[in-house]
Amino acid sequence: MFNRRIVLSLALATFASAAVAQTPERFIVVSSTTSTTDSGLFNHILPLFKAKSGIDVRVVSQGTGQALDTGRRGDADVVFVHAKPQEEKFIADGFGVERKPVMYNDFVLIGPKSDPAGIKGATDIVAALKTIQTKQAPFVSRGDKSGTHAAELSLWKTAGIEGEQLKGAWYREIGQGMGAALNTASALNGYVLSDRATWLNFKNRGELAIVVEGDKRLFNQYGVILVNPAKHTNVKAKDGQAFIDWLISPEGQKAIGDYKINGEVLFFPNAQQPGA
Amino acid sequence: MGASILPLRADGLALIRDGQRLLDNMSFVIPQGGITTIVGPNGAGKSLTLRLCHGLILPDEGNVSWAHDARLRHAMVFQQPVMLRRSVRENIVHALNAVAHRSPQERANEALARFNLNALADRPARLLSGGERQKLAIARAWALEPEVLFLDEPTSQLDPAATREIEALILALSQEGLTILMTTHDLGQARRLADRILFFNRGRLIEDRDSASFFDAPETPQARAFLAGELI
Amino acid sequence: MDVTSAFAEAFSLITRLDTGFLAIVGLSLRVTFTAVALAALVGLPLGAWLAMTRFPGRSVLVVAINALMGLPPVVAGLIVFLMLSRSGPLGGWGLLFTPAAMVMAQTLLVLPIVVSLTRATLEELWTEYRDHLTSLGLTGHRAIPTLLWDGRFALATGLLAGFGRASAEVGAVLMVGGNIAHYTRTMTTAIALETSKGDLPLALGLGIVLMTLTLAINAAAYAASRIGARYAG
Repeated sequence: MFNRRIVLSLALATFASAAVAQTPERFIVVSSTTSTTDSGLFNHILPLFKAKSGIDVRVVSQGTGQALDTGRRGDADVVFVHAKPQEEKFIADGFGVERKPVMYNDFVLIGPKSDPAGIKGATDIVAALKTIQTKQAPFVSRGDKSGTHAAELSLWKTAGIEGEQLKGAWYREIGQGMGAALNTASALNGYVLSDRATWLNFKNRGELAIVVEGDKRLFNQYGVILVNPAKHTNVKAKDGQAFIDWLISPEGQKAIGDYKINGEVLFFPNAQQPGA
Repeated sequence: MGASILPLRADGLALIRDGQRLLDNMSFVIPQGGITTIVGPNGAGKSLTLRLCHGLILPDEGNVSWAHDARLRHAMVFQQPVMLRRSVRENIVHALNAVAHRSPQERANEALARFNLNALADRPARLLSGGERQKLAIARAWALEPEVLFLDEPTSQLDPAATREIEALILALSQEGLTILMTTHDLGQARRLADRILFFNRGRLIEDRDSASFFDAPETPQARAFLAGELI
Repeated sequence: MDVTSAFAEAFSLITRLDTGFLAIVGLSLRVTFTAVALAALVGLPLGAWLAMTRFPGRSVLVVAINALMGLPPVVAGLIVFLMLSRSGPLGGWGLLFTPAAMVMAQTLLVLPIVVSLTRATLEELWTEYRDHLTSLGLTGHRAIPTLLWDGRFALATGLLAGFGRASAEVGAVLMVGGNIAHYTRTMTTAIALETSKGDLPLALGLGIVLMTLTLAINAAAYAASRIGARYAG
């Protein structure tokens, strides 16, 4: 009986170490946004990068604000997000080395087919938002400091609506990712601002459809930043930089442009576009 | 085994709890051989005395002494035998392992055979009947090869048939040379088994006589009253 | 996508043993098994020691551990996260966003259950066995092996309860594991992610596996208590 117990402990210990010890040799951690993951982009491009470089990319998907925080703490090697002003502040604060534009897509305003605010087909996003607020039609906000959330707030601001005016039963802040916001909008028959990629990849649409698109203010730029190894010595600068270099190389750019859902391109590569 | 640990000497034992003297000025000597039975009403201190002798508790006054180092050379069977959550055999093997016996399995087999427990060897011990449990408890104690066996009310929970069987066992063990100190509240049992009686009342030793003379001619009024079945 | 076809696809995922699906199930089981094993390795001796020792402040410790049984998983996750972040005290280990971090968070959840249950079980057994074991010279730590073995059915039930708690948990593993595809994506985090993407079949399939697992755990716990009852008489 004593022997049995010793054997059991040994077995458990072996099991424990086996579970923890399987780490591939070369990897980087990228903190990115929910949109890049939820849209399926990474599933498409990461195997190509791995085949080329042998580097495993581990993506932690969070809202842009949270993703930048993860980089700030040194828990990621590269951040890949979409909120230019926040990215520039990240660099200015010394947490990032350099920001490289990678690609863009656009935001779309999603709403129920019944369209209670009567804005379907509008081309002016700001006017459409004003109408939603005036009619107190249900609107779902990410409320999670993500890039999409930042873009939404900036659009409201342009519409002259901020602070107290964004309180009330019609405006629902859910503090969750894009997918969750779309699910909520579907359940509430509400409006929601989404990046086009996540929308195209979203399956549980119910009564939702695009109501406003094409306004140039809905443009959504993605950038990639190497976390500053001077701040966090653990940052894998070489492999992280290799990933960034690949993303903006012709090969990486082509891989991004090739990713389509139902024949539709989700992200438009624009690494060479000045000032993007 | 070395020299005998007997005689056992209890010298001026007292046990005090919450200011009450549960045992007081208790002295007796247990020489080698025979069945000594402690009788007396509830609360007389019978079980406590066995526990003191076995070393489970320490006296507040006086002391218990043996002729030689007696560690693990006396064993005790409790009023409600503790049955481990294991088979009958494992219960015996466990006790033997605990005292680092040189050949636990063989000795357990001997005990099972000696007490006719072979058929029950692989049964969970806690599913045994009262009589079987008591038998296992005695077998388990016997396996330890003690010189002295303490038995606390060995048949208090048993039916007459099982009682008869256990009594026969106790007599047989005594005849094999085991020295036995036991308690009982059953005067008939004391008559049937005892060579010597220690009569306790209220924590004190009142009479210490050979069995026949105690039952035929008790010396003290308390003993006479007790034997007459009066409340004392 | 309607619910019926989601169910149909979920079953197809399970029956055709989809590799991605199996990898997620495998990782979940491995992480939780490891966490429970670690919790047992630490918790059984610790609980036994608590049961058999008396010292000042012991009751405070016992109450604290009992209270920790209700530790909200996200708090456990937060603790591990703060410890393992590169900016935290154990940042140098580089364990954030790895399976090891998830193991740590789950161990933290299961450990109080194991310690508390071990202590209670052994104390109860000790009350019953005290006379016999003392008579055999088995007191203090020497009584522990006997008590652990005789409490094996109750303890197994406790470990299974811990397994259930850990395997069903999502908040803590999401926080410290990061839900990285093919690396730290467990059944629960995948369910959360796939639901948010609106991909219900995978979420449902994993949900069915989780439910089955829970059912199996409960069946095992029931069996353990039944067999235990046989031995306990």
